[in-house]
Amino acid sequence: MTDHVYGFDTLCLHSGQIPDSDTGSRAVPIYQTTSYVFDTPEEAASLFNLQTFGNVYTRLSNPTVAVLEERVAALENGRAAVAVGSGMAAQMIALLNICEAGDEIVAAKTLYGGTHTQLNVNFRKLGINTIFVDSDDPENFARAITSKTKVLYAETLGNPSLNILDIEAVSKIANQAGLPLFIDNTFASPYLCRPFEWGAAISIHSATKFLGGHGTTMGGVVVESGKFPWDNGNFSTMTQPSPGYHGVRFYETFGDFGFTMKCRMEGLRTFGPTLSPFNAFLLLQGVETLPLRMDRHCSNALAVAKHLEAHDKVAWVNYPRLKSSQSYELGQKYLPKGAGAVLTFGIKGGAAAGKKFIESVQFLSHLANIGDAKSLVIHPASTTHRQLSEQEQIDCGVPPDLIRLSVGLETLEDILWDIDQALSQT
Amino acid sequence: MVWSIKNMSDIATLQRVLSSSKTIAVVGLSADWYRPSYFAAKYMQEHGYKVIPVNPKYQEILGEKCYPDLASIPCKVDIVDVFRKSEDALPIAKEAVAIGAKHLWLQIGVINEEASELAKKSGLTVVMNRCVKIEYARLFGGLHWFGVNTRIITARKQIPKP
Repeated sequence: MTDHVYGFDTLCLHSGQIPDSDTGSRAVPIYQTTSYVFDTPEEAASLFNLQTFGNVYTRLSNPTVAVLEERVAALENGRAAVAVGSGMAAQMIALLNICEAGDEIVAAKTLYGGTHTQLNVNFRKLGINTIFVDSDDPENFARAITSKTKVLYAETLGNPSLNILDIEAVSKIANQAGLPLFIDNTFASPYLCRPFEWGAAISIHSATKFLGGHGTTMGGVVVESGKFPWDNGNFSTMTQPSPGYHGVRFYETFGDFGFTMKCRMEGLRTFGPTLSPFNAFLLLQGVETLPLRMDRHCSNALAVAKHLEAHDKVAWVNYPRLKSSQSYELGQKYLPKGAGAVLTFGIKGGAAAGKKFIESVQFLSHLANIGDAKSLVIHPASTTHRQLSEQEQIDCGVPPDLIRLSVGLETLEDILWDIDQALSQT
Repeated sequence: MVWSIKNMSDIATLQRVLSSSKTIAVVGLSADWYRPSYFAAKYMQEHGYKVIPVNPKYQEILGEKCYPDLASIPCKVDIVDVFRKSEDALPIAKEAVAIGAKHLWLQIGVINEEASELAKKSGLTVVMNRCVKIEYARLFGGLHWFGVNTRIITARKQIPKP
């Protein structure tokens, strides 16, 4: 007898929640509590020793947050997940789980500006060095690996250059070197791409974007595939007694969810970027409709991209579903259902025309986010990527005239109307 | 070491094994409180099972008399739970058959197809490369508090404990 395998849409609605035995509440209850009472001192000791499963303190675990964690783990077809307060916290917790002073990270140079800064500035202060490579050639990762390398890091879709990573090729390079590939899968969401199917070890999300989907809530999730052999000799921190948690050997004790348990009991416990239970509840409301929203995001974005490509005021358009995109072929492989909500373009007249466009839109919202149900627009060179030098901006795929659109779920004709009327003023 | 979903017993089988059992002989149980075998045995004891330690090194663990081997156990054993090297599993499987145990459970990392086949041929249910504690918590509550993908989908209230 084999277990029934549920479809993605069912998992979006049901994974992680068993209706609670006392009330039968159908919606996920919000456990807005910091702490949990113990029955006896012995039970408390067992909980602290991790000898029994249970909740102690919401910085470590919370029943509402746990539903979100399990649901995202199920959507990624992974083994386990841990949720945190933001996407930036998610990648920090994931990377610091296995990296320490003296270690190296090899990362795509087209990462989101905030991620680039976290690695290039903040991690360097901790003694963790990142080598940034042109990820369009997977062999560049292999060339940058040294004996100090602990992890390869990249995004499914670069932000905002929208270059698609050849995940399978980079996974192969990572695994041959005994290293895990971490993928920031925020732009695709597990509905469009599941990095574990291509050999990645860890998937990271800013749940703030498509998982939440309504622009209300910050959150991040780290998911582990459960398939990476952490006992291959390169990760003593996973196999040796933890000095931060009374000598527990996380891989031996928790096996294929040892990585996330370590994130929880070391990273969350001591750095503390906890997700609030209420925010987990809001993110869960978003996840319920993820497939429906992603389909509409993709179809609207493709229509907008084609419209812009044909517009005589537009100098260039970048969307992986356009045949003109350098990522078109990889998009067919890794994003068969659609290339997501985000596209970029430049207007004839450069940065000044772009500024005029953003000043002229009627209901496209000028703000620094993506993945909202509403359409969003921004000029990254002056906002999200402002902290980088002009050369770093160009290296990240942010030319001065680039405008980024996160196409929402409004009536398509209205989105095109707003774009046209704003373009007519440039 | 690599875990595979392919090795995973189905939910109905695991429920049957855990619900129909009362006594678990834990082969290779350590008396060190921080060892995984101790974690698992203590947990199962706290959840109502009689744990019988099997380890020639000790007299008593977790308040229970410790036996040097399965054959020395004077009472009926439902589950033989193995915390030993994979290559040691075959003689233990033979002993489990000999004492009339109902189920052979090989813990995480204990993978031995020969032992599994031998036990199955004698009518034992075999669970391999899984932790008895983790699977109990997966089916009857606990594991879902730690973000693990339990693959349990239900609109029924919490599954009653065995």
